[in-house]
Amino acid sequence: MRRSVIGGAKRSSLFLLNQAHRSLLSPSPPPLHHHLGSSPSSSATALLLLLRRLSSSSASSPPPPNMSNPVTVQSINPKVLQCEYAVRGEIVNLAQRLQEELKANPGSLPFDEILYCNIGNPQSLGQLPITFFREVLALCDHPTILDKAETQGLFSADSIERAWQILDQIPGRATGAYSHSQGIKGLRDTIAAGIEARDGFPANPNDIFLTDGASPAVHMMMQLLISSEKDGILCPIPQYPLYSASIALHGGSLIPYYLDEETGWGLEVSELKKQLEEARSKGISVRALVVINPGNPTGQVLAEENQRDIVEFCKKEGLVLLADEVYQENIYVPEKKFHSFKKVARSMGYGDNDLCLVSFQSVSKGYHGECGKRGGYMEITGFSPEVREQIYKVASVNLCSNISGQILASLVMSPPKVGDESYESYSAEKDGILESLARRAKTLEDAFNSLEGITCNKAEGAMYLFPRIRLPEKAIKAAEAAKTAPDLFYCRHLLNATGVVVVPGSGFGQVRTCFKMLS
Amino acid sequence: MAPKGLDYEHLNENVKKVQYAVRGELYLRASELQKEGKKIIFTNVGNPHALGQKPLTFPRQVVALCQAPFLLDDPNVGLMFPADAIARAKHYLSLTSGGLGAYSDSRGIPGVRKEVADFLLRRDGYPSDPELIFLTDGASKGVMQILNTIIRGPNDGILVPVPQYPLYSAAISLFGGTLVPYYLEETANWGLDVNDLRNAVSQAQFKGITVRAMVIINPGNPTGQCLSEANLSEILRFCYQEGLVLLGDEVYQQNIYQDERPFISSKKVLMDMGPPYSKEVQLVSFHTVSKGYWGECGQRGGYFEMTNIPPKSVDEIYKVASIALSPNVPAQIFMGLMVNPLKPGDVSYEQFIRESKGILESLRKRARIMTDGFNSCRNVVCNFTEGAMYSFPQIRLPPKAIEAAKSAGKVPDVFYCLKLLEATGISTVPGSGFGQKEGVFHLRTTILPAEEDMPAIMESFKKFNDGFMEQYEDTRGYSRM
Repeated sequence: MRRSVIGGAKRSSLFLLNQAHRSLLSPSPPPLHHHLGSSPSSSATALLLLLRRLSSSSASSPPPPNMSNPVTVQSINPKVLQCEYAVRGEIVNLAQRLQEELKANPGSLPFDEILYCNIGNPQSLGQLPITFFREVLALCDHPTILDKAETQGLFSADSIERAWQILDQIPGRATGAYSHSQGIKGLRDTIAAGIEARDGFPANPNDIFLTDGASPAVHMMMQLLISSEKDGILCPIPQYPLYSASIALHGGSLIPYYLDEETGWGLEVSELKKQLEEARSKGISVRALVVINPGNPTGQVLAEENQRDIVEFCKKEGLVLLADEVYQENIYVPEKKFHSFKKVARSMGYGDNDLCLVSFQSVSKGYHGECGKRGGYMEITGFSPEVREQIYKVASVNLCSNISGQILASLVMSPPKVGDESYESYSAEKDGILESLARRAKTLEDAFNSLEGITCNKAEGAMYLFPRIRLPEKAIKAAEAAKTAPDLFYCRHLLNATGVVVVPGSGFGQVRTCFKMLS
Repeated sequence: MAPKGLDYEHLNENVKKVQYAVRGELYLRASELQKEGKKIIFTNVGNPHALGQKPLTFPRQVVALCQAPFLLDDPNVGLMFPADAIARAKHYLSLTSGGLGAYSDSRGIPGVRKEVADFLLRRDGYPSDPELIFLTDGASKGVMQILNTIIRGPNDGILVPVPQYPLYSAAISLFGGTLVPYYLEETANWGLDVNDLRNAVSQAQFKGITVRAMVIINPGNPTGQCLSEANLSEILRFCYQEGLVLLGDEVYQQNIYQDERPFISSKKVLMDMGPPYSKEVQLVSFHTVSKGYWGECGQRGGYFEMTNIPPKSVDEIYKVASIALSPNVPAQIFMGLMVNPLKPGDVSYEQFIRESKGILESLRKRARIMTDGFNSCRNVVCNFTEGAMYSFPQIRLPPKAIEAAKSAGKVPDVFYCLKLLEATGISTVPGSGFGQKEGVFHLRTTILPAEEDMPAIMESFKKFNDGFMEQYEDTRGYSRM
């Protein structure tokens, strides 16, 4: 079936590349009325300035201010102006205004509440946290009660034991102290063991950097890799717009590679090659490849063979493989399994000398859904000690990530085991959440497919649906008349009519109308 | 083999330029020695809980209850937690949109930002708009966000005090801007002269740099000086004249150890000045839960308040904040608790006051013990720690010591600090990590080691220092008159 893409894939790629290149242009400074500093090469000018300044210091009334440098939109960092993040963009701002209106005038809108389906924020929509994790965190936050008899009655025995174990790994049991800039060593040991248990290949705790969520780790890598717009990062389209935003913020170039909707959002190495070569021919030095597996917003889970091709490709082309694996526990189809890229690379016989790989994990997704905690890590393998030193240095400027999030990351990577007191209840909670997510994914997929003008791929994993809306010509024309992207136009109408907040597909890099919906 | 993406040669040069001595060479060496079994006293970073300061009880009770809300349903919860902690936990949970585990508004929970606004009104006497208060994962993240917004390229300069907390120099390097130093005068109690500011700006302009913002750290880090109201007015007037954004790092506002110059916020002084200043000068003020008497560094909680920043710029700053989704929620609750404290009559009030006073009184004592201790050492001169958490003694290194440092390939104060570390286990940060005048050397320690350990630590330092001075002294004179 031929795709009838509005605007065509080419336009979206141009759109994205242009975004990156716009950062080359810096805004011209606003007109200056008395600031002589604009031609500072003249020493006479500088002297005049100094004299002016000395005389003005003795003036009794305040002299007119130098308005040439205030922080206005004309004079802020153009890379900040450049970057966009649709997940919390225009539609969300509109939704917040509508929410306020509902509060002020209940009944004034055709719906009773705003339903935020724009963001993977499960606990805001009623999902409960995993009890065992919260028990341990509460005890670590307030260790004084560990000595009290009543605690035994309020907390499970294994959560008390785990809390002691964790506190013993923290110098002075001080959870309020800055830790090592990579995160508490004992917790990294636990995470490394968890990675090994998952993959069957060892992990080194010194390769792990605990961060305030996976996003800051992504930023750190972009900062390291990008020196100018000549540095390109290959990103999937559609992509989670953290990547486009981060690349823009750091002044690099996003090199898109297109996932194929017809083949369940498949990733073809031939497409990677094509985009890579095109970018290189334009003088871009392509530094890394971002792969989101399971995908966001697309939900596809890569086949192992596909992953091997990707590893091979990165090795051959000298690309850093940035593997966003935050949805590794969100897989809803029995025929697919998660394989980490590290595991795939190691099972191909590739070690630290063969491939630069950064794997990102988070406490925000999976079945734990602890978004508000800001916990996550990156595992970095295959780079030199000098580079690792630089990464450590950048991490150290922020001192460390929040301790509670660090503890949670270690719990996620080493949850209760068979035989532990909390194992049964933990399992029940986990299975309950994952089964419900799988059911909702299927229900919504079927529902979308039954609607007029809408088709929707199955969500194999992650937390989103990305249906395709075939907008009638009249709608597209109306959108153009309103100077709005067609999908944004549709999403705005949806919000105004029903209170449902979704993200237009153009926010992910596809010039077509697509939804994003938390299943 | 093809060049690889993360080859050292191809790394972002800005990253390579970054220096952050607080966790640099000395700290790494100290960690190595610690692994070898040597007892190390870490005084390199303002990290109170790591040196034995206990967390305040009440906030930990509240946050523990928020972490595990099922406790609130348990009939026995009152046996373990006081009623006001239970009430507060319920209050903060009601302000969230799904408890601690949900992303909040990217600017922070609106209810907590309102509490910050109320605090600012009480503190300064002027109303604050919660919409202009953004909570962040620590004040440092807020500083980085704002600097990244201001700095367009290498021709943008940021006025930074010398000595300074090296977050500023690191962030400016990272974002490709230019640091324009203004020197604090050690002999005038680390005072600031506005003429120096003017000169610094002129010199920068001469080099083609447009100065965009000015950083003040009040109370100072590493210097500890508290700015007077007159000083702050001068600075604000200067910023008005030059069209600079003032970045007011006020994270140590609760750490004041003298009574002549209590803390006064930049915002209050600005508002007191009235128009046109109060309506025109752009100001961003930073605060944190990491310092004061809370010392909750590990939570990563902070905020910044924007004054006179144009709405469109605020939108851009909000946009960037939203990419990170939200600051961590537990720390937001710590912030709420910090700005909205217990009142007389609350069940936990007495204990809270006792704990807080205990910490502040002890810090005041330790500031004095350390200053006096350093001043009793040979070739060491130390200004009193008026505020913050550090002591920044000047070490007058004899020429022979400087030569020995050179031969060892080390900056002189690094050489001294490494020797100090190896002899005593005291891990400090060399003054070069903060910036200092040419040929003048310092080190920074914190005043945080436990009060009962202080005499022994100062004794140990004196023994090392006086021995070092004896070893390297000769009649040729010292490093600085």
